[in-house]
Amino acid sequence: MQYLSSEEVRSLERKANLIRQSIIEMLTEAGSGHTAGPLGMADILTMLYFGTMNHDPQNPDWEERDRLILSNGHVCPVLYATLAHAGYFPVEELMTLRKLGSRLQGHPHRGTLPGIETSSGPLGSGVSQAVGMAIAERMDNPYSSKFFYCLTGDGELNEGQIWEALMLAGKEKLSNLILIVDRNGIQIDGYTKDVMPLEPLAEKFEAFNFDVQEVDGHNLRSLNDAIGKAQSVYSQPSVIIAHTVASKGVDVFERDFRWHGNPPGKGPEDRVDKDEQSEVALRKLRTLADTIEASDIS
Amino acid sequence: MFANHLQPNLTPDTVERIPTRYGYGDGLLEAGKRDERVVALCCDLTESTQTHKFANEFPKRFVQIGIAEQNLISVASGMAAMGKIPFTASYAMFSPGRSWEQVRTTLSYNDSNVKIVGAHAGVSVGPDGATHQAIEDMAIMRVIPNMVVIAPADVHEARKVTLAAALYEGPLYFRLGRSATPVVTTPESPFEIGKAQRMYSRNEVHEKKVGIVSTGSLLFNSLMAAEELQRQGIGASVLHMATIKPLDTEALEAFAAEHGALVTVEEHQITGGLGSAVAEHLSEVNPTRMVRVGVHDRFGESGEPDELISHFGMDTPAIVAAAQKLI
Repeated sequence: MQYLSSEEVRSLERKANLIRQSIIEMLTEAGSGHTAGPLGMADILTMLYFGTMNHDPQNPDWEERDRLILSNGHVCPVLYATLAHAGYFPVEELMTLRKLGSRLQGHPHRGTLPGIETSSGPLGSGVSQAVGMAIAERMDNPYSSKFFYCLTGDGELNEGQIWEALMLAGKEKLSNLILIVDRNGIQIDGYTKDVMPLEPLAEKFEAFNFDVQEVDGHNLRSLNDAIGKAQSVYSQPSVIIAHTVASKGVDVFERDFRWHGNPPGKGPEDRVDKDEQSEVALRKLRTLADTIEASDIS
Repeated sequence: MFANHLQPNLTPDTVERIPTRYGYGDGLLEAGKRDERVVALCCDLTESTQTHKFANEFPKRFVQIGIAEQNLISVASGMAAMGKIPFTASYAMFSPGRSWEQVRTTLSYNDSNVKIVGAHAGVSVGPDGATHQAIEDMAIMRVIPNMVVIAPADVHEARKVTLAAALYEGPLYFRLGRSATPVVTTPESPFEIGKAQRMYSRNEVHEKKVGIVSTGSLLFNSLMAAEELQRQGIGASVLHMATIKPLDTEALEAFAAEHGALVTVEEHQITGGLGSAVAEHLSEVNPTRMVRVGVHDRFGESGEPDELISHFGMDTPAIVAAAQKLI
């Protein structure tokens, strides 16, 4: 997608807002699951599925599609909600999340739900799988225009396997691989800087022979530009370090690592009572939706 | 007597010895020629695992992963998702030893068409010692749903297993040995995934009888033990179960019913592998007296392969002694 017009930005923001509302609703209904990551990554997923990627919700196994590999599987509510709003399956089905017999497993399972490229949850293996896909594609078609987008969390970068995969991606000069890191600064036990410092992160990726960009992970124009630039990188894999706000969109949940693994109704109570968390979140998001409609983006 | 498709003159002095991994190298090259979707991945052990034959012939279909077994498995999963048939090779201690969770999630749970090849399995690795002697690999693979587990007996069977693995759709594990293994079968001997083969049949004149169920490289010792038992007036038969998952329960039940007592033989811990699989099944349908020959809850150690097989109680006299306990 080229430069985004004001109307395109507004349309994407509208989608991201709807996806966030779905995330709150499905997590509340499920009574368990992760809140901070999914809300924080809604803009990235929206950009990819409603702007960047070649894909066909009516034909999820279309051979020529770009691939989205979710390595940080625990944020799957945002992937499920995005896929549903894109038309892969009915939006109502989101409410079956984590229930017995549901296609929406607590962590993604390939084969049960259309649009899921791999099972993930145990951290660190998605990047390797994206690398394998990118290598296989290049074997068959060196001039392929297919891209392999791999999403990871920043906490996930603690895993040693990530760095095994990065080494191989650099060695193989996989210019069809675009990694997007959700740099929200939190993980379960606290802030990433305390649990396991990652900085200097951009320099680490550079040392592994990646093209590195850092963007505001909530600015759709910046994301669009960064992805466009990553697509044009020659002879190197790319990483976009997307700086995001955990729980973005619901200000009373934002930046608090205690929202990593709790759903609305079971989160920290110091700002909103448990029984009001879901309702407050939805109200905040609907207010935000009105702001989007009223905004003058140019 | 020996099954008629086996090598002639099977005695310790005359049997030919070739490492099973050579059968993998030849089989992989052949599978690669038959199907261009076959690709190979290796972790800095290309010649040792005999992957180099494929890599030399098809350099563009070979991926050198470096020393990174977790990455090896998940990269292969990604390649399979794009339609490839990846064969991943390392030492069994490292893959599937170190890569177990990746095998479970990115191969079995994903239903990925990836083959896991664990070389240097068993104590017969020899002088490298316990750190490199995988004697738990079949147990950790057998417990995973949607996984096939095979231990070929010799170089010819290893080649057939490799070719069959390329045709089989789904995740599959097989183990290979480092040292020269007695060549028991011939290129014509039958092999089918999930099918046990009767390799030696008892002389029915003997009233006393015992069944030996073997897997992998100890088939030869099992056959020699059967010969010795016959000489002692005990009717012994050998059922070779190259595939321990899925278990050929039909053949096993018939074999158990025929003999009434069984010895299982494997170059592996006696827990979790063939002996366990046989005991688990028979205890539910036809409880049968058994002695399990294998490693008894210990680690390996350095030594020459044959010394170690004897030291850990898996040589021919040990199998004979196990059978005598049941008579």
